[in-house]
Amino acid sequence: MKEQLTALKHEALAAIAGAEDLQSLEALRVRFLGKKGELTAILKQMGGLSAEERPVIGQMANALSEKLTGAIAARREALEAVALDAQLVREKLDITIPGTREAVGKQHVMRKTLDEALDIFIGLGFSIAEGPEVELAVNVFDKLNTPDAHPSRDWSDTFYFDRDSEYVLRTQTSPVQVRVMENQKPPIRVVSPGRVYRKDEVDATHSPMFHQIEGLVVDKGITMADLKGTLNALVEQLYGVGTATRFRPHHFPFTEPSCEVDCQCFKCRGKGCPMCKGEGWIELLGAGMVHPNVLRNCGIDPEVYTGFAFGIGLDRMTMMRYNISDLRLIFENDLRFLRQF
Amino acid sequence: MKLSKKWLADFTNITADDKEYADRLTITGSKVEGTADLGADVKNVVLGKMISVERHPDADSLWVCTVDIGAADPTVIVTGADNLKAGDVCPVALHKSKLPCGKEIKKGKIRGVESNGMLCSLDELCLDLHDYPHAAEDGILVFTADEIKGFQLGDDIRPVFGMDDKVVEFEITSNRPDCLSVIGLARESAASFDVPMTVKESVVQGSGGDILDYLDAEIWDEDLCRRFTARVVKNVKIAPSPVWMRQRLRAAGVRPINNIVDITNYVMLEYGQPMHAFDHACLQGGQIIVRRSGSGEIIRTLDGVDRELDDALVIADEEKAVGIAGVMGGARSEITDSTTTVVFESANFNGVSIRKTAARLGMRTDASGRFEKGLDPMSTLPAVQRACELVELLGAGEVVDGIVDVIASDRLPVSLPLEADKINALLGTKISRDNMAAILEKVGFTVDNSNLVTVPSWRLDVHQWADLAEEVARFYGYNVIPATMMRGAAVQGGFNPRQKLERQVGVLLRNLGYNEILTYTFTGQVAYDKVRLSADAPERNSLTILNPLGEDTSRMRTIAMPAMLETLARNASYRNESARLYELGRVYLPNAESETLCDERLHLTLGAYGNGADFFALKGAVEALLEDLRITGVIWTAKSDDPIYHPGRCAELAVDDQVLGRLGQVHPLTCKNFGLEGEVFAAELDLEELFAAMGPERTYVPLPRFPAVTRDIAVVCDEHVTAQELQAVIAGAGVKKLVESRLFDVYTGTPIPAGKKSMAFALQYRAEDRTLTDEDADGATAKILTALETKLGAVIR
Repeated sequence: MKEQLTALKHEALAAIAGAEDLQSLEALRVRFLGKKGELTAILKQMGGLSAEERPVIGQMANALSEKLTGAIAARREALEAVALDAQLVREKLDITIPGTREAVGKQHVMRKTLDEALDIFIGLGFSIAEGPEVELAVNVFDKLNTPDAHPSRDWSDTFYFDRDSEYVLRTQTSPVQVRVMENQKPPIRVVSPGRVYRKDEVDATHSPMFHQIEGLVVDKGITMADLKGTLNALVEQLYGVGTATRFRPHHFPFTEPSCEVDCQCFKCRGKGCPMCKGEGWIELLGAGMVHPNVLRNCGIDPEVYTGFAFGIGLDRMTMMRYNISDLRLIFENDLRFLRQF
Repeated sequence: MKLSKKWLADFTNITADDKEYADRLTITGSKVEGTADLGADVKNVVLGKMISVERHPDADSLWVCTVDIGAADPTVIVTGADNLKAGDVCPVALHKSKLPCGKEIKKGKIRGVESNGMLCSLDELCLDLHDYPHAAEDGILVFTADEIKGFQLGDDIRPVFGMDDKVVEFEITSNRPDCLSVIGLARESAASFDVPMTVKESVVQGSGGDILDYLDAEIWDEDLCRRFTARVVKNVKIAPSPVWMRQRLRAAGVRPINNIVDITNYVMLEYGQPMHAFDHACLQGGQIIVRRSGSGEIIRTLDGVDRELDDALVIADEEKAVGIAGVMGGARSEITDSTTTVVFESANFNGVSIRKTAARLGMRTDASGRFEKGLDPMSTLPAVQRACELVELLGAGEVVDGIVDVIASDRLPVSLPLEADKINALLGTKISRDNMAAILEKVGFTVDNSNLVTVPSWRLDVHQWADLAEEVARFYGYNVIPATMMRGAAVQGGFNPRQKLERQVGVLLRNLGYNEILTYTFTGQVAYDKVRLSADAPERNSLTILNPLGEDTSRMRTIAMPAMLETLARNASYRNESARLYELGRVYLPNAESETLCDERLHLTLGAYGNGADFFALKGAVEALLEDLRITGVIWTAKSDDPIYHPGRCAELAVDDQVLGRLGQVHPLTCKNFGLEGEVFAAELDLEELFAAMGPERTYVPLPRFPAVTRDIAVVCDEHVTAQELQAVIAGAGVKKLVESRLFDVYTGTPIPAGKKSMAFALQYRAEDRTLTDEDADGATAKILTALETKLGAVIR
């Protein structure tokens, strides 16, 4: 029987080593180690052995069984590794085929610009105030130091709801400032974004409805230098650190001193290009120190408090930022446009 | 405002180059829009004299001219013009020259004769008869001796035409009408460069006589006319004004007419004070009256149009108006070639009145534009004097002695203290008091020892210390002021909860594939018609703009749907195959109680077509939004009477009887009205109501410890029974272990009988304390099936 076992060992090990796939390996396991397998068949003959031989043969048989089991396991592992390799090769993808996409919508480019600006202002400690678009003329004009006869009040410039010109579509978001000042004690630090209306026909640079964001700061000891610092911070965050600004005297009824602020052209960095019409500067916003009359009109003592205010045309800012040539695109909502941003 | 640099040099000597000048003036507040070199387009054109003018040997219509261009040898030029003779001096465009009209001239042979350039006509020089009134219209420009005085043959033509000048274009803010003048800008220029400026007082010789023999004046409406100043010129010789004056007017963009009219324009440009000249012969009774027009009074203005006046200020004689004050003169008193006696008047009118009249008559003129901004009452006299000085200089007539100068009300000079500390505190600077005083004095203010600042009469915009601060700041330098960060109490910034919610809604919708749009908030009845609102629909009650751009933009919208459908239609017409759009926009609901006539509410509109858009996709988006906003207990009600929507595919959603909005497939007829083809889906929700319906913040619910058991059931019921009703019965069947019932199939058709449908639900049961058994699940399912059958007649399939 020893010979039989030895012969079986050699045959089985050779067969296992030669197994080409998992199926034939499993067949070999059944053939040699199964209940009706060859090893079992040999062991069935053990009954005819002497008491001395039996443990010896038994031991041999167990050793053989273990050996074969180990060999099969090793072979299986090897074959599985080969099979997995083959599978992975088969499963190779052309990873340049475009992905399957979930449609994701886009934020309107103007709102995107607005949110960018708001982020910056929030970082500077501003909160966001909103107000009605249908407004009292007294908030839009009178309290903002705009004289009775000022051209901006003309029916050719401003939309009115009543013959007495008391209710208007706000022409600027500044009435929100009035509402804030009347309802909140300094320190005040707010920005007010929103829609404003002026009686302009639609063309590439005009629209009867457009968007502004205005800022207002009122506190003790607020200076024009603070205005400059704040606006410089805005410009640097919008257009990159080191972007220069230029402050030019200007005129608004509600600020004194007033200024317009240009930023160095972000296309040509001041050299002059078509974007800045060769000037090297791009007009960005209007600003100034809140006029003492305005503070007084809103119940704030100009002898105690000072403040600054600024206003930015959001549509124009959007157009500059994204190189959009025609304002009408902003309100046309053509998906081919909307999806670009 | 266009400023000739040569004209500027009459008052102050600026040596800076164009760019430096533009930059400096811009940062001191006179914004330069551009600088034009008048001679930029002219090259190689010189002054030449005809030595001989002879017929071309081979062409009857051409002439061969031998021209002295100051060189050793004369040159030969062929021309077709017939107005030349030997001795004439003309502009000669030489070989390789450029003309303002864009032409480039090269030598060439004309019918066999070598021509070395071209003799120029007015057209080719971009000039016209106003510039050279004596020129032949179809011929070569021949200069008068006066026009070429001081020039040599062969000289560059540009100085001859005054094209050796630069014109600076300024954008002047409305508070500075004093800068709409050469003198005003000279003052700003001199202050900007720290150089002196001088304005000579005009000297008028006079010729005897007494103005009172010609006219007197009175101001009836003193509120509208502060001052009226006039002088008379007799023996007027109407002629073209001299070339230097014509050139300066041209540089300023004003067309030369004749000496008298040109003088009025010249003085207006130089002093910023409009003035008017009219024919004394047309004045009835020798009395000028400044008064309000009668209602319906008619005047024919200089442009030949009869204008009906209504409460306009007029300059009148004893009988009728001779001009509309500050706007335009009357045709009756126009200066003509036969005028012999001229009245020059200059007045200070009320700006508001002038603006209203100009606007009402639709004739905003250069003069009215200046008056409406408010002018210096002290400048009427210097303007009239300057005009008379020019009359004498030009030899245009004899100035009668005496001045009529009626002052209705004096404007006292404004004085205020120089509060250096306050100004520094506002600007964030440390400018000394003396430095401030020096700056103010540069631009005409006086500062006395008691620190009192007197504001010059032309600075009507300066009233208080903040105005002085601006004057100081702009010459100290806006860009020299430091940039600092605000100090003071820390302020907490950020979005408020409501603003955060709006952003949350936007983010969710974009994640669902919807693109944001922005539409006009004004609308019109036509838009309401297009969404088929009935004539008495409450939505039609919207705020009306009294002066709209057009009917279609005359109302503040009460619904945002028309704008959404318009946008969808526009996208469809651009062949965008599919669209998913959302808008967060305001609507304006009239409310008599509101301080501002209406309640402005935020609406969310959704719109979709193409690529998988259907009712349930849209509803799914709305459901996702409801979930995101923690809104539960929503009741969906079918609406068949909303004209916007398909009667069988429209849902209204409500929580606790509060309607949140509607959604559905857009009615085919509504689609048709917008030119939309195919199925379109839309929703309009009231965001304010959505926010109000929000449930509390979510807190953690422990994850289940025991598995769920599921049972699928299919029941057959009447086709009118809704999923919502079935769900309600399932939920109300009293099975506590039921954690979810999900509709997963709806089926009609064989073998389901007509009028019936099969609805299949996946029911999920779970207990918190044990794993449920099959018996538990079967028992619960049986209970649900019984409820479905008894309440809705729905039987298991």
